[in-house]
Amino acid sequence: MRRVLWAALGAVLAVGAAIYALNHLDEGGPSVGTIEATPAQITRGAYLALAGNCAGCHTQRGGAPYAGGRAIPTPFGSVFAPNLTPDPTGMGGWTGDHFWAALHNGRSRDGRLLTPAFPYTNYALVSRADADALFAYLQSLPPVAAERRPHELRFPYNTQIALAAWRALYFRPATFKPNPEQTAAWNRGAYLTQGLGHCNACHATRNALGATGGLEDFSGGMLAALGWYAPSLHKAAEGSVAGWTPAAVAQWLKTGSAVHGTALGPMSEVILGSTQHLSDADLAAMASYLQSLPQHAPTEKRVDDRPELALRDLGKKLYADHCSACHGERGEGGKQEGGAFAYPPLAGNRLVTMDNPANLLAIIQRGGFAPATAGNPRPYGMPPFAGVLDDTQQAALASYLRHAWGNEAADVRPVEVLKLKSQRGG
Amino acid sequence: MKNVLGALVLSGASLAVQAQGVIPDTLAQRVIPDTLAQRALACTLCHGKEGRAAADGYYPRLAGKPQGYLYKQLLNFRDGRRQYGLMSDLIDPLSDVYLNELAGYFSALHLPYPPAQPPSLSAAELARGKRLVFNGDAARKLPACVQCHGEALTGVQPFIPGLLGLPRDYLNGQFGAWRSGERKAVAPDCMGHIAKTLQPDEINAIAQWLAAQTLPEGAAPAASLPQPLPMACGGLK
Repeated sequence: MRRVLWAALGAVLAVGAAIYALNHLDEGGPSVGTIEATPAQITRGAYLALAGNCAGCHTQRGGAPYAGGRAIPTPFGSVFAPNLTPDPTGMGGWTGDHFWAALHNGRSRDGRLLTPAFPYTNYALVSRADADALFAYLQSLPPVAAERRPHELRFPYNTQIALAAWRALYFRPATFKPNPEQTAAWNRGAYLTQGLGHCNACHATRNALGATGGLEDFSGGMLAALGWYAPSLHKAAEGSVAGWTPAAVAQWLKTGSAVHGTALGPMSEVILGSTQHLSDADLAAMASYLQSLPQHAPTEKRVDDRPELALRDLGKKLYADHCSACHGERGEGGKQEGGAFAYPPLAGNRLVTMDNPANLLAIIQRGGFAPATAGNPRPYGMPPFAGVLDDTQQAALASYLRHAWGNEAADVRPVEVLKLKSQRGG
Repeated sequence: MKNVLGALVLSGASLAVQAQGVIPDTLAQRVIPDTLAQRALACTLCHGKEGRAAADGYYPRLAGKPQGYLYKQLLNFRDGRRQYGLMSDLIDPLSDVYLNELAGYFSALHLPYPPAQPPSLSAAELARGKRLVFNGDAARKLPACVQCHGEALTGVQPFIPGLLGLPRDYLNGQFGAWRSGERKAVAPDCMGHIAKTLQPDEINAIAQWLAAQTLPEGAAPAASLPQPLPMACGGLK
């Protein structure tokens, strides 16, 4: 009995020591001390802040840029983005070393472990030079007094021990290693996409503890609290851009609109706040990387064991009444003078036919505009139908669209509409 | 399981819906008119044809309101000073310039107004409402409605809306939102202050009287106010 106890104690100590060691990898690199920020560094940092869309999370609706306060819903509770301005309530008094530790090691100035809702798992790849430029820019902002709002995470996710264990399992502070077999543009694209751009914070499948399959995992993820699905970039039936021209990928990221359609929903926000501001060279680099992602074989389609023919019939009537004026009687969409889509076609549209119907339902319910960018300053929009169509009608419309004009996808049942609505917070 | 876990690092800013894949180019696409009227169809499903208000009295009229007023309300929704999730989400990705253009489109539409709503209050209560509309209450430093919203109560360019032709449920609803802080303007929030100073029965009397008025043919916002504003309003800059 005593031997068992000693063995158990030894195991606990060993696990504790391992967790401790794994939480201090690659820490305490050489200090650069206080750096005098150059104007060039600040300009570069401003650009990098756009590439990382830092303001997207660190700005409250209507609030001062980078002053934090926005709630980020997670399956474990809400986290609140902190104030990045150089005020005592924000990053006033921080040094470049503190900022580097946050980005590279996920550790705050006071030694606290940050939650992985702050995607340091991606930002660990950011180079020291880029981190310093970003820090120089954030320190050049006007200070805004805005106290940090404590996270509202459930037990045990709100403990440092849980974060340490999570990191021991899923986080190693990597640095970006260029692939010598690829072009410089590809490597630049990989650096931006995997690192600062943190694209797979949404576009990856997460396990029970919210970890992705690593930096090269773009297998698609459900954002339940928003009711949107970030499609897989490895699948032609979802969000892969392997079949696009490089110019179309870059144009889509720059303007939110390309021959393949327009961006709506959360990606619209990303294009508005981030990618539209990137240089043509960087967009071409990202396109090069995104197009090279390994392509997964199509999964077997869900089969309709019991086709909902009555539902589809109802959907057909609803389509004629509410949708065909813009999207066309044959789902062919409508174009602007210049050839870009005003209203996307629904025939052959993978947003309509992808297995997960969340985005189709989100757009029916809440409508949306493509982002107003310099390249598409007056986007056309879709009104929200949440107050017009009830759950059954929404399911009917979606089911019709998923079988019309050669589209092939499973029916959507009213219970799925209800399920998505109840998952979405607020 | 995937559904439950997906959103750990749910940076609200980096969620994605992907554009379309392979679209058959055999389908001839129609050319959609390059007009604001066409673009404004995203608004009029709720706000009624040409922004003439929805039948339920909840979605207000947009047509003929001063452009600056409509523009400020769009910014208020986008920036969280007014609360309606569908509205805020819809206009989130739009630029200030584009929002102002959409405001201008609705502002330039002059449509007939709906008939007046017969009041359900006693004559004495209605007279009380009318008194507050035209005289305010000096003892409580409450300005009269007409001091800002125009002698004819049809609003003043470019920022002050008219008060006639609105359903009383909408008027009462807005007063309630100001009192609870759910609706705000840029500080100093003069209407918030007024709404909190008024008593609920006074608000009802005002709303009943306003909704019972018939708008004259061709009613439009006045070009300017004859006298300076009685109080400072952050929403009017």
